Amino acid sequence: MILASIIIIFLVGGLLSWFLNRWNTIWPRWISLIALTINLLLLMLIWIKYFISIDFSHHGSWIVELDVEWIPQLGINFHLAIDGLSFLLVLLTTFLGIMAVIASWTEIRERVGFFHFNVMWVLAGIAGVFMSLDMFLFYFFWEMMLVPMYFIIALWGHENRTYAAVKFFLFTQLSGLLMLVSILGLYFIHGHNTGTYTFDYMQLLGTPLTASTAMLLMLGFFIAFAVKLPIVPLHTWLPDAHTEAPTGGSVILAGLLLKTGAYGLIRFAVPLFQGVVFDLAPFAMTLAVIGILYGAVLAFAQKDLKRLVAYTSISHMGFVLLGVFAWNELALQGAVLQIICHGISTGALFILVGALQERTHTRDMKRMGGLWSTAPRMGGVGLFFALASIGLPGIGNFVAEILVLIGSYRVSVPLTVVAATGLIASTIYSLYLVQGTFHGPNIENWKIPDFTNREMVMMLAMILVLLWLGLYPQPVLFTTRHSLDNLNRIVTKNRLTVQQEEFKGALLVVAKPVKEENTQPLKYTGDRR
Amino acid sequence: MNTLHIFTLLPLIVLAITPVIIMLVVAFYRNHRLTVALTLIGTASAFVTLLIVEPLAPLRITTLLVIDHYALFYMGLLFVASFIVALLSQVYLTGRDVNQEEYYILLLLSTLGAAVLATSNHFVSFFLGLEILSVSLYSLIAYLRTSRGIEAGIKYLILAAASAAFLLFGMALVYAELGTMEFPQIASKIASLNTPAILTLVGLAMIITGIGFKLAVVPFHMWTPDIYEGAPAPVTAFVATVSKGAVFVLLLRYFTQQGISTYSSLYLIFILIAIASMFVGNILALFQNNVKRILAYSSIAHLGYLLVAFLASSAMAVVAVSYYLVAYFVTTLGAFSIITVLSGKEKDTDNLSDYQGLAWRRPWLALVFTVMLFSLAGIPLTAGFIGKFYIILVGAKSALWVLVLLMVLASSIGLYYYLRIIVAMYSRPEREAPAISLPLTLSGSLILAVLTLLLLWLGVYPGPLLEVIQKTVVRLI
Repeated sequence: MILASIIIIFLVGGLLSWFLNRWNTIWPRWISLIALTINLLLLMLIWIKYFISIDFSHHGSWIVELDVEWIPQLGINFHLAIDGLSFLLVLLTTFLGIMAVIASWTEIRERVGFFHFNVMWVLAGIAGVFMSLDMFLFYFFWEMMLVPMYFIIALWGHENRTYAAVKFFLFTQLSGLLMLVSILGLYFIHGHNTGTYTFDYMQLLGTPLTASTAMLLMLGFFIAFAVKLPIVPLHTWLPDAHTEAPTGGSVILAGLLLKTGAYGLIRFAVPLFQGVVFDLAPFAMTLAVIGILYGAVLAFAQKDLKRLVAYTSISHMGFVLLGVFAWNELALQGAVLQIICHGISTGALFILVGALQERTHTRDMKRMGGLWSTAPRMGGVGLFFALASIGLPGIGNFVAEILVLIGSYRVSVPLTVVAATGLIASTIYSLYLVQGTFHGPNIENWKIPDFTNREMVMMLAMILVLLWLGLYPQPVLFTTRHSLDNLNRIVTKNRLTVQQEEFKGALLVVAKPVKEENTQPLKYTGDRR
Repeated sequence: MNTLHIFTLLPLIVLAITPVIIMLVVAFYRNHRLTVALTLIGTASAFVTLLIVEPLAPLRITTLLVIDHYALFYMGLLFVASFIVALLSQVYLTGRDVNQEEYYILLLLSTLGAAVLATSNHFVSFFLGLEILSVSLYSLIAYLRTSRGIEAGIKYLILAAASAAFLLFGMALVYAELGTMEFPQIASKIASLNTPAILTLVGLAMIITGIGFKLAVVPFHMWTPDIYEGAPAPVTAFVATVSKGAVFVLLLRYFTQQGISTYSSLYLIFILIAIASMFVGNILALFQNNVKRILAYSSIAHLGYLLVAFLASSAMAVVAVSYYLVAYFVTTLGAFSIITVLSGKEKDTDNLSDYQGLAWRRPWLALVFTVMLFSLAGIPLTAGFIGKFYIILVGAKSALWVLVLLMVLASSIGLYYYLRIIVAMYSRPEREAPAISLPLTLSGSLILAVLTLLLLWLGVYPGPLLEVIQKTVVRLI
């Protein structure tokens, strides 16, 4: 029930924010903040109860689970559950939600109630995506988060907001419908084979598929996640949406919405189609590397600060894709850590850029410069997050990217080498960002107010989390390990570990699936709470 | 035909008596409110009689009509829709310089025609029902006697007459070849022949032309935008829901008995019609600047979606069609309710620029309209989402992959124009608000509230409705 209440708190918080706006515009902000804090506390409770104090001997895959009938006629259940992976992502959702609300504190002045309603509902959709184990429910939440996000961009965005919002909506909606068709294909094949028609993820996991069908169905999923992640040829909505959205919207977009794509790949696309998904790996990993470099190069070419940060997202998400398709423990751990660290560091950068825009009314880097002397707090914070983006040791992003690279090294040396150059590229654009904004001559004689205490508290929280993840990432690795192990066990049944030496000289080495007699996937056993 | 049969026809009888009563009352005492009240009582009691005769179903009444659960369910839907249209009309006609009372007589007669279509099992009742429906509609469309309205009415008259001629000729051909006009017998006779005679095929094709005109599917859709635009908003709502719905119900009944897939040539025709409707409807809607016209093209596309489920032709498909029809009724009525309550005396508020900044002037109305448009677009939490999902589901079940993928593509195109309206509503008003800001009447806001809640309820918890549908609709005779 605790899982449902997390979503309900989001939804009710949103409604309350909207309705209480009548009396005072400060109400929605506080209500959203309180709702988010309650959720944060609930999640902390789960963490303390299940991850820290309880011994790790239990091998159940789900820590908390909720499964009630919803539309029994079609075999649809309201099935929510979390394991370590989902848990961390929901935690991230709540954390960044708080940041988004605080960041919008002074920026959003119009229709404050409706804004917070949209923020809370998009968070509810995202949390739902991270928790649902019923494919219909998953699709339901997947679509549900689009509408509020669309409103956030279209109503509170900057100059070119309508175009960006519509583009975002059409891209994600079309790809989502393709995924729906795939889900239905899976549903019917499973129903035809077993006689029980169900959308339950756990039951669909073992569906035997012919290679060609599996490939087609998998592509439906892959395209939907590729648009969200985004993978390079499908990324064009991202720079527009991120740039035009208000700060809070950009934080949620970059920090959370992109992550649903990564989560979908890890949780659904790979395990459901483990037979064929690695046929796609050379292709996907190449795209990942292209994305890393392409994003970095384009980021360097931007004058618009927000656009710059948006392109760095494409670059960083390339590492996640690389890690997912390398699919070994290290790479996956790295990918998950990258999801979290990138969410926080990019969120912080967007808040910083948003704060600059609020003060200077421009995002054009050519017009900035020398801001350090007038706003030293901003400069320091900006430098820290630029360094995080570079992947400086001691900050979480470094651990994440190194883990991904080590993991993918075992799969393909050439691609890993090229991907590693992405780190150099990131150094260039990050330093360019700091140099262009905070150093150099202050051509327009900006005198701007520095970060307020409210903003500093927010930034410090994010800095601390990143430092913690950089210096002692063990708790996170520990939390996700169990669920990644489980996923790994499902997938590697059919897959040999890679013996890299045997394939020397090949451009890319990916293990071929080995046909086994027993194609039954591993059943999750263990206690359901 | 005995007393039991007559008793079972009670819903139709109640519906037929009500206009007579109103006619008599109007002859002595003209009062808008009283007429509306009588209309509402008439449709409501017709609805209640459905529940009364339910235990007697299924029953054949002569060869013409059949009262089965399928018919009862759809009559219920049609009655509820007429009830809402009557309420809307009251909002719309109040204070207008026309004779308001006769309008409701026509409305009730149209509903009667639609109900006959839902129970029809024979060419004769089919044609009679269709004509009762259409003839009243001609005058309803032109009721306000504006130049646009009269143009629309005449257009509808000519085209409907032409299509009725096609229909009649088609029926005659089928009768000449098979010697029967009863649906089940036609179905069984066609099934017994290996290769149906050319005359039967031509006849059926002509019948499909007639039906296609009523449903406004491509290529018989030309009249739709003009009639939608020219007719008063509540009448447009009626055309979009009751008139189209009743004909679709009949189509579904006929081809569920016959089995659409037994006929490769007809099947192909329907596939082409479905694809063309989805794409033409959605693409042409992109170029419109009039909300009523946009909704007209959108309804063409929606009929295309319905045909996809119809082509899937399984028991599940009948459920899907029924669910979708209910969702479509609720949504369309909701959308036209908004237009109705916003419309001023001079003309309907249907220009896209009239909606510019609506959310700033009338936030609640804008919200309701948004929900309706999202439902048309098939966004979660609304009935339209479950409806569309269900259609894709049955399409996938019958392995109509190409149709399903085309539907996905078409509906993505469709999103764009729904978003256009929504964006217009939420963007800042460019010019000063047009002076129309009529206060919402009680009945107006009640309709909107009920329809919105219904829409959300169906979208979030469709289980109960699905259960009702599964219990009733699938039990065709």
